[in-house]
Amino acid sequence: MIAVLIFMTAAVAISYWWLWKQKILEQPWLTEGTAVDNRDSTNLAGKSAKSGLFVFLAVVTSIFSLFISAYFMRMNLNDWLPVDEPRLLWGNTGVLALGSIAIHWTARAANNDSIATVRYGLIATGIFTSLFILGQWVAWQELVDQGHYLQSNPAATFFYLFTGLHGIHLLGGLWVWLKTTLKVLAGQNAEQTILSVELCRNYWHYLLVVWLCLFALLLST
Amino acid sequence: MAYVALADREPELSHPHSFITKYIWSQDHKVIAIQYGLTAIAVGVVALILSVMMRLQLGFPDSFSLISPSEYYQFVTMHGMIMVIYLLTALFLGGFGNYLIPLMVGARDMVFPYLNMLSYWVYLLSVIILMASFFVTGGPTGAGWTLYPPQAIMFGTPGVEAGIVLMLASLAVFIVAFTMGGLNYVTTVLQARTHGMTLMRMPLSVWGIFTATVLGLLAFPALLVSAIMMTFDRLLGTSFFMPAIVSMGEQSAYDGGSPILFQHLFWFFGHPEVYIVALPAFGIVSDLLSTHARKNIFGYRMMVWAIVGIGGLSFIVWAHHMYVSGMNPYFGFFFATTTLIIAIPTAIKVYNWVLTLWQGNIHLTVPMLFAIGFIFTFVHGGLTGIFLGNVVVDLPLSDTYFVIAHFHMVMGVSPILVVFGAIYHWYPKMTGRMYNERLGQTHFWMTFLGTYAIYLPMHYLGFLGVPRRYFAYEGIEFIPESAQDLNAAITIAAIFVAFTQIIFFANMIWSLFKGKKAGSNPWGSTSLEWQTPNTPPIHGNWGDELPKVYRWAYDYSVPGAEKDFIPQNTPPSDKAPETNT
Amino acid sequence: MPVAVVFILLVIGSIIFHFASPWWFTPLASNWGTIDDTINITFWVTGFVFVAVNLFMAYAVIRFRNRKDSKPAKYEPENPKLEIWLTVLTAIGVAAMLAPGLYVWNDFVHVPEEAWEVEAVGEQWRWSYRLPGEDGMLGTVDNHRVSAANHFGINPNDPNGQDDLLVTSNVLHIPVDKPVKFLLRSKDVLHDFAVAEFRVKMDLVPGLVSYMWLTPTKTGSYEVLCEELCGLAHFTMRSRVVVDTQEDFDAWESQQRTFAQSQQVRDPNAMIGSALYAVCATCHGAQGEGNLALNSPKLSGQSDWYINRQLQNFKQGYRGAHKDDLFGAQMAPMAAILADDAAIRDVTAYIGTFAHGDSDQSITGDLDRGKQLFTTCGTCHGKTGQGNYATNSPRLNGQEDWYIKRQLINFKEGIRGAHPGDQFGPQMASMSRMLRSDNDMNDVIAYINSLSNQPENKIAAITQGEH
Repeated sequence: MIAVLIFMTAAVAISYWWLWKQKILEQPWLTEGTAVDNRDSTNLAGKSAKSGLFVFLAVVTSIFSLFISAYFMRMNLNDWLPVDEPRLLWGNTGVLALGSIAIHWTARAANNDSIATVRYGLIATGIFTSLFILGQWVAWQELVDQGHYLQSNPAATFFYLFTGLHGIHLLGGLWVWLKTTLKVLAGQNAEQTILSVELCRNYWHYLLVVWLCLFALLLST
Repeated sequence: MAYVALADREPELSHPHSFITKYIWSQDHKVIAIQYGLTAIAVGVVALILSVMMRLQLGFPDSFSLISPSEYYQFVTMHGMIMVIYLLTALFLGGFGNYLIPLMVGARDMVFPYLNMLSYWVYLLSVIILMASFFVTGGPTGAGWTLYPPQAIMFGTPGVEAGIVLMLASLAVFIVAFTMGGLNYVTTVLQARTHGMTLMRMPLSVWGIFTATVLGLLAFPALLVSAIMMTFDRLLGTSFFMPAIVSMGEQSAYDGGSPILFQHLFWFFGHPEVYIVALPAFGIVSDLLSTHARKNIFGYRMMVWAIVGIGGLSFIVWAHHMYVSGMNPYFGFFFATTTLIIAIPTAIKVYNWVLTLWQGNIHLTVPMLFAIGFIFTFVHGGLTGIFLGNVVVDLPLSDTYFVIAHFHMVMGVSPILVVFGAIYHWYPKMTGRMYNERLGQTHFWMTFLGTYAIYLPMHYLGFLGVPRRYFAYEGIEFIPESAQDLNAAITIAAIFVAFTQIIFFANMIWSLFKGKKAGSNPWGSTSLEWQTPNTPPIHGNWGDELPKVYRWAYDYSVPGAEKDFIPQNTPPSDKAPETNT
Repeated sequence: MPVAVVFILLVIGSIIFHFASPWWFTPLASNWGTIDDTINITFWVTGFVFVAVNLFMAYAVIRFRNRKDSKPAKYEPENPKLEIWLTVLTAIGVAAMLAPGLYVWNDFVHVPEEAWEVEAVGEQWRWSYRLPGEDGMLGTVDNHRVSAANHFGINPNDPNGQDDLLVTSNVLHIPVDKPVKFLLRSKDVLHDFAVAEFRVKMDLVPGLVSYMWLTPTKTGSYEVLCEELCGLAHFTMRSRVVVDTQEDFDAWESQQRTFAQSQQVRDPNAMIGSALYAVCATCHGAQGEGNLALNSPKLSGQSDWYINRQLQNFKQGYRGAHKDDLFGAQMAPMAAILADDAAIRDVTAYIGTFAHGDSDQSITGDLDRGKQLFTTCGTCHGKTGQGNYATNSPRLNGQEDWYIKRQLINFKEGIRGAHPGDQFGPQMASMSRMLRSDNDMNDVIAYINSLSNQPENKIAAITQGEH
């Protein structure tokens, strides 16, 4: 349970730090009368969406760190036979990183009001990400050809589980990407796309980091 | 989502007018809350009936029982799972959370209303899947609500054919629903508080629900992960949790897995789950006590710190459910220590509730009766928790009736008393009418005394060593005849309590049509939900302008003030409360 | 006001209930008096808090309840000094409970070196035990090796395992005043080894060996209960541990069979059996077809391990000894004619050669309801009533319904399965009580009859045997 405890410690620490910044030590009965406007009232929808996504990513992190904890605990039992990860994964990692760069570039373009770049950026993101998922699928086929089935060994089971789970999250991201792209192609202007594109950017970066962690974990064990 | 952002300036709400968009496919947090609440209570009634069937078997095994051992274990499982997840979690967070958060922090709605609506319908789907397991081959699973493998997915447990799969699927769907709702509750508290509503001005109800939601968002994934892995083991033949097993003389294909791994994952969810139910109850009961004692909650800061402290600690106590599970016994030292440490903030909360009553001006209304009834049962259940948390004391008591009595007292009776108190308290706001006082009082007395009569003696069966989850006890020498008599008495009390709830439903329905008109703020309460321009509040909650908050939520009996309460939105210069209706 | 009075009465009532309750811990029979001491400390501390908090609350309600002349409530947001004091006091109380708890737990975790080892094995739904034998060492085991012939899954190549003593009779003996370390192992699902009088308990987890230790301090016979839900018949998974003086224990130990002996049993001889069967044929028929007029059940098609065990039970007086079991009383002396275990196995083997013919069916009932009820029965007896040696459940399909009904009634009324020597009878006695009326029995028997009519069952006689 080490991995999930590290995550929980971090989550609790961040929450407490935030609470501290929110003046959790103050005596509220003494501050009577000051109508503090505690918010910057511009762009509330954007802020809500972003903090909603942040909280959602915390939930996803919890899921992944629990699986990683289970991985460590299961690994120590004596029937564990490590799987040789297909070399293709290195290529896939590169492609996913390119996808992340593309969406980052898109978000910058959206803020610079350059809708043409946004269009290209989104399409590039979609291509790279689809390539990654395709690559993962091919990697699965390679493993199956080597005789590593889902049930054959816990190491293989976890490999499919991790890559599959990560892939499902990317597919979810692609769905949002598709909606955004269709709107952009239908003629939305750059300012209207900022929120969607920035949400996609945060999500893509997050999933890249998750993938790097998972990949490192799979390689090292 | 968009209109919340613009709400301050341009209150252009699209008010739906047809019945269907208003009450069925509604995105209004208040309607969704009531949908959640009614569904949860309906499914809770099913679980209550199941418990009566179980009690009949235990009390009168040969004369009044209607069930077989298979059904007994199925009912045990469904009763537990429904009560913990589908009733209490859904009711406190989906029900009260949905209703109270936007009103109490001064928002027009949740920040993602569409997602909120989806959350309810997905929750309903999970309930339907769960109930469907009663009608499939083999019936629902009888694995116990903890669903421990290997037993949960091996032949020899009722419902292994389809029931367990439906249970796992239903849990996964529930978690999706909860996450949708939870994102809403958290983000609404983070982003949609009205002007002046600093964190430390929030009522404790919001604190409790907010912290519980954060716990739920972080802890439910553990249940999801274990459900996914168990589904793999059951359907795809993997061996996450399944070691080499000889099942009834036959070698199984499983090998190498660890049942204890499941227990760690399950309780990593399961213990925070206790606080997911308890923290909203703590918060709500604080507000009930303060309002009806006409006194500020004593030690507000300590109460907030205790809530967030308990929330943090709740992630490092899980293995106290596993002292006798066969895990490394050295863990016992750590988990006993953390568990007993968590007793300290909990005790502080109890002291502060009692000290809120001290030097108050106590109005013994129905919500107040339920609130102080809660203190009584919670003290009892909390203290017996110390027995079970203290690792060696757990050795003789674990898996006996003491455990049943303890967690029903602390996690069944206590939160349910708060639920009732809260329903009576906010009923005038939700319906605009007052409940019937006499029926309410009767309901309290019968429920409170009845449940105490059920669970106090049950602890003593546990001391004796009577094991839990036994269909029948005949032939066990150390259990005397008198224990069977006690069991019969407990059953009678349980049936009494079950029937008592009819009074509650009658009161709610009767008062909906015939209750006295309540007015907008019948209790003289300070928090924002009582200051809405309409009662019941309409879609959008606040009319043209969002309220501005000038003070904390507990300005009761302020010296020198005209009335004994000052609503949060009363500007400082003017000590008189605003009248909004 | 009434609420405060009721609280005070409830506090007083709870204290009275506590002291007057006849339901309290069973008399201690092990060294774990320290656990009882910790419980007592916990009781005093928590009891004090329970009384103090609730009485204070009741007093507050009485004194500060709203009356016509009530003063307004005091505006007192907090009182840090008081809160800190209360926190410190609580912390002291918690420490007073935790410290002895951890101290005793430390004892529990550390097994004394002089402790001897015994293995308790759990499976659905029975207990068996293994003692290390003369060399004091238990042989290695593996669930993959478990079979009808190797109940414990002992590695036959491990010399340490050859002299292990196997106790499959449900009753374990241990010597008094000698620390014992229980090694706990499960073949299938989670179980829990619990003896109320010993205070300690621990789960059995498949895939690993858990442990606990104790020193029995009082001779006597104590019940072992499974206290971790292990499936449908969880509540019938019981056993017994007898604490003996050293001499009694030695005498008992010397009678137990070693693993090596269990592997050297001669194959049964149906030829010898056929001669022995001549006596049986008078009532049960030449082909074991049974005879209602003589109250003799059908034997053909029944599992050999089951006939074997019942003959043993009749012979030992575990069955047929109850005063109301008139027909059992006729069988008991007949079984006694069989001289030894080998004779019993020979005659059983001969019965196994009989063709399994049709049975008379006279009982009718509601098949749907019977099917519903049979889901419980089928867990042990098999979904088609084919029987299973591993759950010690005889074959039901193809048996004559009058006999099944009579046995159900016997089980339910305590005529059969109540003898302490009958190892698995009590489980059936317990289960039979779910058939609450004559109709229930008829329905379930009618369903069993319908199972017999399915052709594949007639061929699929169960031939697995247990030695």
